[in-house]
Amino acid sequence: MSIEVKNIYKKFGNFQALENLSLKVETGELLALLGPSGSGKTTLLRLVAGLDFLDQGQVLFGDKDAQDKKASERGVGFVFQHYALFRHMTVFDNIAFGMNVQPRKVRPSRHEIHSKVMELLKLVQLEWLADRYPWQLSGGQRQRIALARALAVRPRVLLLDEPFGSLDAQVRKELRMWLRRFHDESHITTLFVTHDQEEALEVADRIVVMNQGRIEQVGTPEDVYHSPVNAFVLNFLGNVNFFHCRLEEGKAIIGGTALDVPGLDVDKPHPAKLYVRPNQFKITRYAPKGSALKALVEYVNPAGTIVKINMKTETGERIYAEISQDEYKNLKIVKLEQVYVSLKDVTYSEHLHNIP
Amino acid sequence: MREFFVKKSILPGFSLSLGFTIFYLSLFVLIPLSMIFLKTSTLTFQQFIQVITAERTLAAYRLSFGTAFVSAGINAVFGLIVAWVLVRYTFPGKRIVDAMVDFPLALPTAVAGIALTELYVPTGWLGQYLQMAGIKGAFSPVGITIALTFIGLPFVVRTVQPVLEDLDPQIEEAAASLGANRWQTVTMVILPVIFPALLTGVTLAFARAIGEYGSVIFIAGNMPMKTEIAPLLIMTKLEQYDYPGATAIAVGMLLISFVLLAAANFFQWLTSKNLGKV
Repeated sequence: MSIEVKNIYKKFGNFQALENLSLKVETGELLALLGPSGSGKTTLLRLVAGLDFLDQGQVLFGDKDAQDKKASERGVGFVFQHYALFRHMTVFDNIAFGMNVQPRKVRPSRHEIHSKVMELLKLVQLEWLADRYPWQLSGGQRQRIALARALAVRPRVLLLDEPFGSLDAQVRKELRMWLRRFHDESHITTLFVTHDQEEALEVADRIVVMNQGRIEQVGTPEDVYHSPVNAFVLNFLGNVNFFHCRLEEGKAIIGGTALDVPGLDVDKPHPAKLYVRPNQFKITRYAPKGSALKALVEYVNPAGTIVKINMKTETGERIYAEISQDEYKNLKIVKLEQVYVSLKDVTYSEHLHNIP
Repeated sequence: MREFFVKKSILPGFSLSLGFTIFYLSLFVLIPLSMIFLKTSTLTFQQFIQVITAERTLAAYRLSFGTAFVSAGINAVFGLIVAWVLVRYTFPGKRIVDAMVDFPLALPTAVAGIALTELYVPTGWLGQYLQMAGIKGAFSPVGITIALTFIGLPFVVRTVQPVLEDLDPQIEEAAASLGANRWQTVTMVILPVIFPALLTGVTLAFARAIGEYGSVIFIAGNMPMKTEIAPLLIMTKLEQYDYPGATAIAVGMLLISFVLLAAANFFQWLTSKNLGKV
């Protein structure tokens, strides 16, 4: 089942939470809504679920307008950040709830409910917890039970509101991978909200980057990471360095040093902002052939799969770079050493108009 | 030896505060209560049984516990609604309504009794309509129940209110998204969680109603066998200098109350032990 929202508006008091937003989630897709808090991503999710009323616009499930349908009639599975499990019910009863409240005519038999719950517990790998109460479980276990509960009603659409937001880093990673595997097997249309760019990049088929109630960019993780359409998307997805410079004849003049900038055409000299990802720097011990920025190494952290280096140029600009362990072994730099930094590539440049 | 009783705690002052608690409870609860038993023990067991099974005493017990029970039941329903409205909705004058809930606690009970009597006598503002419906307001068990409902309301509202406030609205949204209708959400998701608090509030209102004297004597009419509550019967005995008789009736009330409250507490424990602290 695909979901489409068309030109929706939502206001809370004086705060415009969503402004003329349109989006289509294709059938079987795993789509992440990514943005800072207050960007409207949770509001959008709640409007799709029918948990809030929209001011203007349309929500379509398939090609049917869902406007008049209450949350209980939309056939969505909703998972909350803080689990929202029923604390007076056992894990079993929590999962069975959605089936138990069905009208008698369509409600599965007790036996069917039992086997369905057990099947779901197996799916989330927590079979042995059926008789426990939610307060006896860890955060990760609770969220898996919440997922099982949402899936019990065979939802046409799965909506997850920062599902892993309140879990430890380790558990979060584990559940993230689990969700991706589950989606690959079930192909249920899934919309999930997160403010964690790493999570979105790792799990989603497509990412919707939101800011101030509007969509900034929609694309595959690769698209939004490598070809951001604006500085906001670039900043939000991963670390980035930025330099004020002047572009002249294919070179960027940063603090008096003219740097070669690959792949940048300049017809007329003008001021600009350059955005450079941490892995787009080349660091050398001796001055390279072209020109390079002289910088002082302030901090080196080789723990991890990559080596993180903080530097400061002669003119006071700070650079955060990441190099591979191999490069690091060749370089053998330590704190307070002098190095030369040149650009391998630039992710994004913002061209400013010449001020006469 | 001390370590045997007391788990070592980082918080200081355990012995001091426990000692004070016991002293305080003895001074204000245990000693006065034991005086009642002491006084009663001047009667023989036979005499004691005779006093508390006298027809007039039994009628008074029935009336006191019966009206207290009904009024607690009424407050369970309407107190819950008041608490719900105060927690869930915002409306102009909400704080005034919220403050009004405490009036029955602050008002001298005699004043409340006089006011209620005035309203519910057959010629009173509200009593005349009851009269039309064929119900006698003041000077009947109905009147007593009205007075007891009045004084019991704050207990239910004030115990349920904080629990409702703590209730995560998302559990209702979760229930709705799982297909539950409003009625199912209320009965299967909300009520079980607030039930222990509601039971506590109702128990408090009930206990208060059993002992209530001031507001009832004006509206009751105080006819022996018909509208004479147990506390009034005790007063009557006292006025006749029948102290052992009065305390015997009190002991009877205490025993019944003790059994009922113990049952309520047990039930409260039973319904809350699985709630945890999620």
